[in-house]
Amino acid sequence: MSRDYLSTTRRGFLGATAALPALVATGAPGRAAVADDVPLEQYEPEFLTPAEWAFVMAATARIIPSEGDGPGALEARVPVFIDRQLAGDFGAAADLYMEGPFVPDAPEELGPQSPLTPAEIYRGAIAALDARLKAGGRPSFVERDAKAQDAFLTDLSEGRVRLEPELREFWDLLLQNTREGYFADPMYGGNAGMAAWKHIGFPGARGSYTEWVGRAEDYPLGPVSISGERG
Amino acid sequence: MARTERKRDVVIVGLGWTGAITGIELAKEGLDILALERGPDRATVPDFKYPQVIDELRFGERYGFMQRPKASTLTIRRTTDETALPYRRLGSFLPGDGVGGAGIHWNGQTWRPQTQEYRLRSYVEETFGADIIPEGMTIQDWGVTAEELEPYYDRFEYMAGISGQAGHVNGEIIEGGNPFEPSRSRDYPLPPLKQQKDSMLFAETAQAMGYHPFPRPAANASAPHVNEYGMQLGPCNYCGFCARYGCLNYSKAAPQTCVLDALKRYENFEYRVNSEVLRVDLAPDGQSATGVTYWDAETQEEVTQPADLVILAAYSIHNVHLMLLSGIGEPYDPATGQGTTGKNYSYQMNGGTTMFFKDRNFNPFASAGSSGMSINDFGIEQIDYAAEGFIGGSYMTCGHSNGQPIRGIALPEGTKGWGAEWKQGVGEWYGRSTGLGSHGSNMSYADCYLDLDPTYTDPHGRPLLRLTFDWKDNDIRMTQFMRRKIEEIVQAMEPDTWQSSYKGDGARYDVRPYQTTHNVGGAIMGTDPNTSSLNRYLQCWGQHNVFVMGASAFPQNIQYNPTGAVGALAYWAVEAIVNDYLPDPRPLV
Repeated sequence: MSRDYLSTTRRGFLGATAALPALVATGAPGRAAVADDVPLEQYEPEFLTPAEWAFVMAATARIIPSEGDGPGALEARVPVFIDRQLAGDFGAAADLYMEGPFVPDAPEELGPQSPLTPAEIYRGAIAALDARLKAGGRPSFVERDAKAQDAFLTDLSEGRVRLEPELREFWDLLLQNTREGYFADPMYGGNAGMAAWKHIGFPGARGSYTEWVGRAEDYPLGPVSISGERG
Repeated sequence: MARTERKRDVVIVGLGWTGAITGIELAKEGLDILALERGPDRATVPDFKYPQVIDELRFGERYGFMQRPKASTLTIRRTTDETALPYRRLGSFLPGDGVGGAGIHWNGQTWRPQTQEYRLRSYVEETFGADIIPEGMTIQDWGVTAEELEPYYDRFEYMAGISGQAGHVNGEIIEGGNPFEPSRSRDYPLPPLKQQKDSMLFAETAQAMGYHPFPRPAANASAPHVNEYGMQLGPCNYCGFCARYGCLNYSKAAPQTCVLDALKRYENFEYRVNSEVLRVDLAPDGQSATGVTYWDAETQEEVTQPADLVILAAYSIHNVHLMLLSGIGEPYDPATGQGTTGKNYSYQMNGGTTMFFKDRNFNPFASAGSSGMSINDFGIEQIDYAAEGFIGGSYMTCGHSNGQPIRGIALPEGTKGWGAEWKQGVGEWYGRSTGLGSHGSNMSYADCYLDLDPTYTDPHGRPLLRLTFDWKDNDIRMTQFMRRKIEEIVQAMEPDTWQSSYKGDGARYDVRPYQTTHNVGGAIMGTDPNTSSLNRYLQCWGQHNVFVMGASAFPQNIQYNPTGAVGALAYWAVEAIVNDYLPDPRPLV
């Protein structure tokens, strides 16, 4: 893991202060400043318990690994993004219709029907997966090596590791949130240094390309963030 | 708690495109008008301003400008045997709320239906015979024609500053435009948008195959434009944030950019936000409306709002919900075919093929919502239904409307959706893929409809709307036909690899992935009160002082994005109100 990505954020924080009103308006936690300033290992989660944080760190590190070109989920600080999303309106299902009766085992094509919020689904699913492994006397997810973790996540993604109907959306949420943390604007805690945007060649919040339409060569400028950070 | 407000001449429910158009046209007449909008106020500044608005997480993923299911949603089932369950999280379609409605967060694709789409049942019966219409298909004529609506399309397009190339003007076919469109009285107000490399490759290939490519008509202004209300649009700068976003640049046509600041200058016009209409109040004899009752979120009380004229200008399915809650018309019963309120809900049948080019970079972020080149050679009037075995048609388009990364970077088939392979894939393929997609019709059926849910309620205690809908063989055959045509063109474009995604045999409606927000029907227009809710002027058959705007009037879905037709119908209806109804309030037909 490159420490460069973990320590880019002093400059990012200074630049981000102008965006703080926007953060408050979206319901994102106001502790962005503190969180951005610490290495990932010293980050104090707002929602996730230490065991849950360890699971999210380990799982996202396999969903977007560090090896190869481009940052991995940890270099991009995806776990910070996920923790903040779960602590905020997304985790609380603040915008969703959450009135009963609930039919969690309804056909999946009718959409999520769990009585649990996304935050509760993370909490319940991580506990259920750990309990299952412990009951079998096997190493927990975080204790496994990368290959075994990949095998477990493959089973989870393909439905061979089954969760209660109330929790069955867990993998979809984890995958969606990992991608969001990778590619969202850095003000939400992930995409540190806009490295994921650089990896694919997305120029971020530049918002004006009139002279570039119809040209075939690679766009020459690096990304900018909503808070004005330049990559 | 409850209060009663002073009587108005007109109350308008919803302040999106149709509410804004009817508002300003009736304000010009000096009427005392109140528009009620259930959501918040919205203006380009501060709500759409750069850079805060180009935030994919907040608006693209978390639907910052859309209706919140917590406040308003519906239930959905595929068949009448199934128990409908709440649409708890937005997915398949994304209704808006707030001032501007869905008119702020669209891509801007603006079409006119083909001539025969307004008389689809008659066209099919005359041309192919009634017996090719499958059992259970309930397509109808609109009761209005392309010729009658032409001036109103023209007006909407000049009001909205549409960029495009006409293909059929005063009976003459124009090279470079869509030769299959109904004849129009003049060209679009603005020239076409700039085109991307992938669009041009498609256009060259299609042309060589004998097809007729043209730039997709766009409500993304290609040049400065001043409309009839004195509102100014600025040229689009191709920021790549249209659908799901408000326009930061005063370029995408929206009620805000085209109407509202002019409308707000009329002292006889007032609008109130966070004011959700709960029902239309009917006179004791049920033959007219006395006004509406709404919920004032600020004072937390119900308000009785008397008015002489009620315009329902909410989103299509919400218009129908209000009609059902208010007892306007007889609820449609799929078992008997009786009743009209909720009848003929239909959706849209789209599909597409993704192409991958190792050695090309399309810079997909440099785009507008309606960028792209289209062909209409497989439109509703170009297909021999008897030979092909379906009723319908589609246009197809190649191009990018955005390059936003979270919502998915296309990867070649077989690439794993996570792990090292995914990370390598997004780095290699971002910008190196493009799509050729079909945007197709969807017929109406006896068992696809809207009614009130027996179980679930909204925060006001009202029953939720219930949607019953599933895909049908006819429409699947249409999309499979388009697949064959598209794949021929794709192969001629010579990508390194490609993959297709079209509904196939046995496909069931899935509410989770985004498909389209082109929900239509439920309050359909027509010529017979036994089979339609509205007459040809969008006036309720049963209550002459209630008019219902929007795509709820379509008797089946068209092959196009609906906003052009919605705008033209609003101008058509409001002109009838001003010239014919106001001097002598009565049933116009």
